[in-house]
Amino acid sequence: MGERMLLRGNEVIAEAAIRAGCQCYFAYPITPQAELLEHMARNMPRLGRTFIQAESEIAAISMVYGAASVGVRTMTSSSSPGISLKQEGISYLAGSNLPAVIVNIVRGGPGLGDIAPAQSDYFQATKGGGHGDYHMIVLAPSTVPEAGELTMLAFDLADQYRTPVMILADGMLGQMMEPVELPEPIDVASLPVKEWATTGAKGRDPNVILSFDLDPEVLKRMNLALQKRYRQIEAKEVRYEEATTEDADILIAAYGTVARIAKSVVRMARAEGIKLGLFRPITLWPFPYQPLKELAGRVKTVLTVEMSAGQMWEDVRLAVAERANTPFYGEMGGVVPTPRRILSEVRKHAS
Amino acid sequence: MPVSTEKMVKVFGRPASLTEARFTYCPGCHHGILTRIIAQTIDELGIVERTVGIAPVGCAVFAYLWYRCDAIQASHGRASAVATGVKRANPNLIVFAYQGDGDFASIGTAESIHAANRGENITVIFVNNQVYGMTGGEMAPTSLVGQKTTTTPDGRDPALFGYPIRFSEMIAQLDAPVYVTRQALYDTKRIMDATKAIKKAFTNQLEKKGYSLVEVLATCPTNWRMKPTEANKHVAEVVTKVFPLGDLIDRG
Repeated sequence: MGERMLLRGNEVIAEAAIRAGCQCYFAYPITPQAELLEHMARNMPRLGRTFIQAESEIAAISMVYGAASVGVRTMTSSSSPGISLKQEGISYLAGSNLPAVIVNIVRGGPGLGDIAPAQSDYFQATKGGGHGDYHMIVLAPSTVPEAGELTMLAFDLADQYRTPVMILADGMLGQMMEPVELPEPIDVASLPVKEWATTGAKGRDPNVILSFDLDPEVLKRMNLALQKRYRQIEAKEVRYEEATTEDADILIAAYGTVARIAKSVVRMARAEGIKLGLFRPITLWPFPYQPLKELAGRVKTVLTVEMSAGQMWEDVRLAVAERANTPFYGEMGGVVPTPRRILSEVRKHAS
Repeated sequence: MPVSTEKMVKVFGRPASLTEARFTYCPGCHHGILTRIIAQTIDELGIVERTVGIAPVGCAVFAYLWYRCDAIQASHGRASAVATGVKRANPNLIVFAYQGDGDFASIGTAESIHAANRGENITVIFVNNQVYGMTGGEMAPTSLVGQKTTTTPDGRDPALFGYPIRFSEMIAQLDAPVYVTRQALYDTKRIMDATKAIKKAFTNQLEKKGYSLVEVLATCPTNWRMKPTEANKHVAEVVTKVFPLGDLIDRG
């Protein structure tokens, strides 16, 4: 491991991307992820890598599409309204089997919303925010060090499965400073060669990057290939964390910043004799349906807590499938729930 | 009397960089000529093994089928941004974007202007036929005043839809581009001029000079509802009055 540094979440994601061998970064300024862009502006050029402040979010994701086609590791970052604009490009990346990393430091919405932390982009991230039948892997860090680890993992998963991968964090994680130890930079030369990339048709037939075929049967086959890969990802890449679930009779299901707050709630609840556990999805897609389903058979209640009107709640209810009660508590508009407020919700459901 | 072929010299052939795939273009359309010119240029410069073509959305969406080089199909209007990503990721590649007027000068306005303004070392071929061909003949940003299209059935009314946009002139007033020119293909002389311009635009990139834009006035006999010969005449006599031919800047 490298030296210990005190950094903001945004800076840690940027630095982790650099250490993961991100060769080209393209983005447009937006709060609350500006420090990410600025870290890249300071560091990418001196490393001989590409930084472009793009004219728009759409241009940034289109540049990512070009760089990904050439086979280099590439990333863009933004926050909610900007991510909405990127959906065209994300759909094209998925349809063209291109690896790329997209960071969403989520803020309150809909519309312009505000610049405070929120989790209201869960549907957009996990259900396919753009057009067509696609998914991307969605990784949800809950601390600043984990944001760094998952960013490095995101580049590996993107390359392995030739798919866009999203880091779904929020304004709290982006702005918060924590001590981190980032791994040493990877050796880019050691990465597998991407035989499909458009690097010039020297000594081989031309490579073509596209997401399109006018023959419905051909396009169906392209879709089936995507779906086959999604089933592989679902089988192999589900990640989650459990805390004090062994004897729990009530669970909080939460991710990201809320899961971190919920860990305090678990301690507070345990101190007053409530057997509370925490289930924290780390991959929001693929969602950990099976592990949650198994846990749900052993508890009375799974309380979903989110900074949204109840988006992950839908996946929780699919997983629990009426094995347990599934109440919901959410905050919206950038309001961050306090441990005390969550604890009072827990008490309502603790028998 | 039998003709001897012994002393014949082959002066014209199919460019090696052009594949055997049949064009999907309509009869009389200039896209085919332009595609051939680009393939011939790639041959002459010997760059087919390091060229990446960016296909747009529109009639040229199949452009990747016709060149023996690597290619990428871009989303509508974003070809210049995709070309930027390719070139920055691997500056050794020769990158050209092939874009129609709707792609380049309407939905891709921001991407087109800013790639030029950054002086990206790429070559952009901008095909201006004043109509949306693939979708059935709707008004383009470059449609002439009074031009009848499927969305301006009574002719383009500037009070409602503005005037044909001279996009190359907009790009020519930027500081970064090295070469901006408007060419046509309606007769042999224009084809030869356009061929020279395209070669220059690729050569500029090879010599790392920066951004080159070749606008090409093209016909769309199908959607203009003209015979190909009438369409050529229309470009020569009407379209060039609105879109004058020639170099707008040449800092090469």
